[in-house]
Amino acid sequence: MSTILRKKDLPYCKGCGHDLIAKNTAKALERMGLEALDVTVVTDIGCHGIIDGCLNTHTVHGLHGRSVALGAGIAMGTGRQGNKIIVFIGDGGSTIGLQHILEAARLNLDMTVVVHNNMLYGMTGGQTSGLTPCGFKTTTSSEGNPWSGYDLCALTHTSGAAFSGRIAGVGDISGTLQEAFETAGFSLIEIVEICPSYGVRLNPGKKLREIMESSGKLPGRWMNDRKPFVLEQGKKRGDLLKELKTITASHDMPPGGPVSVILSGSAGEGVQLAAGILATAAVSTGYHVTQKGSYPVTVGVGFSTAEVIISPRPVMYHGIDIPDMVVITSVDGLEHCRRRIEAMKGGSLFIDSSLECPPTGAGVVAHDFRSVGARNAALFALFRMAAVTGILQPEVIKSTALASGLPAAVPVGKMMELATG
Amino acid sequence: MQAKNDSQTVIIDGSRLVTEAMARAGADAFIGYPITPANLLYQYAGRRLPLMLPAPDEITTLQWMSGLAAAGRIPVTATSFPGFALMIESVNMAFMMELPMVIVLVQRLGPATGTATCGAQGDLALLRGMISGGHQVPVLCGDGFKDTWNLAAEAVHTAVRLRTPVVFLTSKEEMMTRKSFDLSLLDDIFPVERRSPGGAHYKTYDPGEDGIPAFLPVANASRQVRLNASTHDMEGILRHSTDEAMANTRRLEDKAGNHLDSYTRYQYDSQEDAATLVVSYGITAAAAREAVSGIRESGKKVSLLVAGTLLPLPGIYYRITGKYDRVVIAEENINAQFARLMFGEELPGRVRTVGAIGKMIAPGDITKEVLL
Repeated sequence: MSTILRKKDLPYCKGCGHDLIAKNTAKALERMGLEALDVTVVTDIGCHGIIDGCLNTHTVHGLHGRSVALGAGIAMGTGRQGNKIIVFIGDGGSTIGLQHILEAARLNLDMTVVVHNNMLYGMTGGQTSGLTPCGFKTTTSSEGNPWSGYDLCALTHTSGAAFSGRIAGVGDISGTLQEAFETAGFSLIEIVEICPSYGVRLNPGKKLREIMESSGKLPGRWMNDRKPFVLEQGKKRGDLLKELKTITASHDMPPGGPVSVILSGSAGEGVQLAAGILATAAVSTGYHVTQKGSYPVTVGVGFSTAEVIISPRPVMYHGIDIPDMVVITSVDGLEHCRRRIEAMKGGSLFIDSSLECPPTGAGVVAHDFRSVGARNAALFALFRMAAVTGILQPEVIKSTALASGLPAAVPVGKMMELATG
Repeated sequence: MQAKNDSQTVIIDGSRLVTEAMARAGADAFIGYPITPANLLYQYAGRRLPLMLPAPDEITTLQWMSGLAAAGRIPVTATSFPGFALMIESVNMAFMMELPMVIVLVQRLGPATGTATCGAQGDLALLRGMISGGHQVPVLCGDGFKDTWNLAAEAVHTAVRLRTPVVFLTSKEEMMTRKSFDLSLLDDIFPVERRSPGGAHYKTYDPGEDGIPAFLPVANASRQVRLNASTHDMEGILRHSTDEAMANTRRLEDKAGNHLDSYTRYQYDSQEDAATLVVSYGITAAAAREAVSGIRESGKKVSLLVAGTLLPLPGIYYRITGKYDRVVIAEENINAQFARLMFGEELPGRVRTVGAIGKMIAPGDITKEVLL
């Protein structure tokens, strides 16, 4: 009496290799001395997947093609030593989920994938699969499949699987299954069968070994000497809130209402950094702030814009339509903000003097902000903005900038002198 | 304005708050696949959660999460529509298997890849229809940092309590915008507790008294667990359409709704004699608050309802909206998704909508509709 199988008669067609695989799996596991609950069998969609109800093991029946990824999650999630994760999958599922198989092999997860390769989709009517050999007839290739099938073992072997093996589904295959199950790390065993309902009928007289030989998918074993992936369990990490610097309001806040500021330049030119310094300096002056970034999907080119609201009271809505102040340090930044600059009826525009100033109702301060280097232009303009408008003390911007971890080469003091002199 | 002595003012983004809240609530694994504007959550999770794994795609993400959840972990991921679309079949699987997990869906402008760096509120209708059979997974949505903190934790608690995937719905502007914030305002978060099933024999889908099967991890040494994404009986064995299997599927339909009160979160700021109610959620709730504040300062009366639980729709929303002559629903899409979920495709005349794409709805847009 099997401890793994709860039924002697399995629900497969007469002559189906799935029956052979299930019984030899049980035989191998029992020979290894494993109890039923030492084993979790994850099944895919297909005829093989109806084995669940016949097993005394833990069973997990998932989606078509995804069982290897599902089993991988279990393998990574369970901390139980000696636990065996086995995935049953068909040839159809193994092509839908090919990425999952390669990933599990690459990571060398401690699990075994048993591919029931009957060379076609049996449950849905005998259609051609990605493992159907060239010349093999299916219900959707009556003249014979014109393409060769994937070599799963070659794929998993080159992806890093500890064990990849292929055998014909004939006779006692429990020894090779046991070899796969006993592998520390990822193992895949492809068992080639002929579906009695479609494969035998459409390919009369063809022998399994002949098909394997003519397709070049010969039996074999391929090893990689690798240690299995071991998950670090329960490692505690730092509190994300405690990483943040608490900012104390330690400077006098000038009178006035909320001010909206847009800084706009080119990606990689320190716009977001300057906006962060502005926001921190504002909070240390007692303001509430919001800082919104805008940029194209590219990281290193195009515009980079930051919208900062500085307010004596908490800010709920953080959008800016027409800003009170704008800093423009490059043509990218100018083009991105042109509409809003032209719509300004007051406020201040601080623009690099190399740029053509658009028509605007804002007071314009043109200055060679880029003279201190393109990466410093936005910060330099902040000093000028502070000096002209009085919303923040330049000294506060300076101390905030120096405390922000800027490279020593950034001429913070010089910029303040130039801007306020 | 000087800060209070006991305040802890920092500049922070919503991604950091959500990650920390979920970690404190008991989430212990994050599976990541990069996508804008959800990347900050991925970065923070790598530093915070005991386990962080980089998946090769979003289908793998959900499958690994399901495996981890089956093994007893509480996994989280963060994505945006293009990634979420790939996850949906697997979300159905996790729903059917009754595996707890949280998906943070950071909305961006669609359709398709749309604009990755532009916020939106365009995915609610998708969430309502994503489970085959029309069943619902809980969808929670924060309003400002304090509420986001609490609801992110509630998402983890609800996922475990109900044995279900939960979506925490947010948007680019909520997760990426930095704001000054006093951390001392945050409530304590307690780690979720799991109940262990008693008895020698365990049935994975025995509904028990409350319709929520007790959870045992697969691969445990003592009692057999059977998880199944196909129609199944209480044991977890595949069945066609037997009475027991259909009862199980009906239970799934009822589960989220029967326990809705336990995770219904909303904020109702009513003003006596107001005839108009503004309704909003998520990023647009900030504009709604500012609009309502301004309207009241001008001497006019208006009430505000901010929905935190978006799905299933709590009945209390109908009782509240039913009190008003006019209901103005503001959300950042151009097809009134929340409004139509509540009131149907043909909106009643008293229900007005304010929408936008490509930009946030401004307080003035809402004020204009309220005062119309």
